[in-house]
Amino acid sequence: MTHSTQEWNDVPGAVLSARDIRVTLSGKLILDGVDLDVAPGEFVGLIGANGAGKTTLLRSLLGVLKPTSGTVERPRRDARTGGVGYLPQKVALDVDAPLRARDVVALGLDGGRPGIPLHRRATRKRVDETLDAVNALSFAEQRIGEMSGGQQQRVLLAHALISDPALLLLDEPLANLDPASAYDIVTLLDRLRRTHRVAIVITAHDMNLLLPVMDRIVYLAGGRAVTGSPEAVVRSDVLTRLYGRPIRVIRAEGRVMVIADDAGIPDEVHHELPAEVAGASGSSGLSGSSGGGL
Amino acid sequence: MFEDFMVNAWEAGTIVAIIAGVVGFFVVLRGNSFLAHAVPHGAFAGAAGAVLIGVDPLIGLGVFAAGGALTISVLGRRARSDVITALSLAMMLGLGSFFLSRSSEYSAEVFSLLFGQILGVSSVQIVPMIVLGAVCLAAVGLLYRPLLIASVLPEMAPSRGVNPQIITVVFGFILACATTMSVPIVGALLMFALLVGPPAAARFVTRRPVTAIPLSVLLALVTIWASIALAYVSDWPVGFFVTAISALIYVAGRGVSALRRRVPASRNTARVEAEAVAA
Ligand SMILES: Nc1ncnc2c1ncn2[C@@H]1O[C@H](COP(=O)(O)OP(=O)(O)O)[C@@H](O)[C@H]1O
Ligand SMILES: [Mg+2]
Repeated sequence: MTHSTQEWNDVPGAVLSARDIRVTLSGKLILDGVDLDVAPGEFVGLIGANGAGKTTLLRSLLGVLKPTSGTVERPRRDARTGGVGYLPQKVALDVDAPLRARDVVALGLDGGRPGIPLHRRATRKRVDETLDAVNALSFAEQRIGEMSGGQQQRVLLAHALISDPALLLLDEPLANLDPASAYDIVTLLDRLRRTHRVAIVITAHDMNLLLPVMDRIVYLAGGRAVTGSPEAVVRSDVLTRLYGRPIRVIRAEGRVMVIADDAGIPDEVHHELPAEVAGASGSSGLSGSSGGGL
Repeated sequence: MFEDFMVNAWEAGTIVAIIAGVVGFFVVLRGNSFLAHAVPHGAFAGAAGAVLIGVDPLIGLGVFAAGGALTISVLGRRARSDVITALSLAMMLGLGSFFLSRSSEYSAEVFSLLFGQILGVSSVQIVPMIVLGAVCLAAVGLLYRPLLIASVLPEMAPSRGVNPQIITVVFGFILACATTMSVPIVGALLMFALLVGPPAAARFVTRRPVTAIPLSVLLALVTIWASIALAYVSDWPVGFFVTAISALIYVAGRGVSALRRRVPASRNTARVEAEAVAA
């Protein structure tokens, strides 16, 4: 993958603009010139094998990790928006920490403010509505540390959502969820980006749930990002190449299924690796935007 | 036990308990018990050095407490902070023993910094305590929410505009301030016990931060009041009672927590069994 980033420089109205992000960690080049623009309301899936640099990219976009070079323009927090909402991949929580789900979500609203909070009824209502939106109201009074991984994930998502962010960076938010909860969260995110024009960048290994809602897929390999429409990226040949292992995409009755499959990859896939994947940026399916207004 | 000379002890004990209860809540929440051990004990070396060169021990305490806390929080960022804490503590104690070996005449005064001299507090000592205590409380009150979010969700805090690394340094200073005001009164060992025992017990009892902090203060007050009274009556050292009661309160807190976790579960079991019988 020699030259592989997309070229929509200076996109007007983009809520996030990252240019030529390079990150070196402990002498190892992790990201080697990544560009990314995201429009308001756009739903972007970030995929790549373990260690491809997805978490590193999200942390650079958030600003907690200073890239070795490159620039990121991200939404600022102000009176109208909560800036960037972030859900990290793993959060270590102390079992006995005296904090209920409600307290954690309220911190998402005003955790940066000085002074001791005196929450008025309007604030408490907003906290409860946000917990309800992620189906977490039933354990609102529980200690955050005593919840299951999936319950914690929903509460932390509520924490990230409550401030009305313009951009959500979600690092494997579906990883611990049962299928029904995962479906509910994806539906909620899809609704938010339509009603509130929240831009979403989400990483996930299981793409099946995201396929119906994603506008665009960015995939990371070899430190580079390639972007394309879900139709262009979610193909047996492309994914097999990306993950370096057989992956099968099955389309039937308007539905798409992605399965890791050592057994049944047809031979022709191996012969037919498409030119786009090898990295030509201007070639057919893999460059340019597919929706989201860019 | 409420004679004139004891009034200072009650006042000083009360002030120390309030500060330890509030600051200790964040010590335990942040998993900083080892830091709370290192700062008061290392600061004792500063007092020894101050006595050696003939300045107020309080200044030596303050300089070493702040310097130690700053070193640990800055160096601990890029390495395992427990290792940095251990090395800093060992270095400060080494310096302390060096200072003590040079100034044998005053060593009695310095040794009291380890175990305290609460029954011998003079009213002159109360004023700087109140000032430093007020600074600690104001800082915690102002930074309450940033401290909470940086301690519990350090990864998510930056998206709320809170830099957890800055909070770590600021909290180191708050701890240094609490140490400087209390070590001359209760000693390093007792301050450590008060910073950890009552706050750790409080969080077993309540699951809300806004109630855990007052409860932690209340438990610290009970600990120190009971210790002063028992020491007066028995003539045993205050330090023995403070450490013993802190530990007992912690054990009691765990007991409450174990009960709390068992009761709802057994109720559910009972209901399920009842439903099974009914069905
Ligand atoms: N602090 C670090 N120092 C050195 N290498 C790191 C550090 N953090 C992550 N890495 C490396 O960076 C690469 C990308 O990691 P990450 O962004 O977590 O990948 P992903 O989220 O795609 O699984 C991995 O090879 C990982 O080993
Ligand atoms: Mg990751």
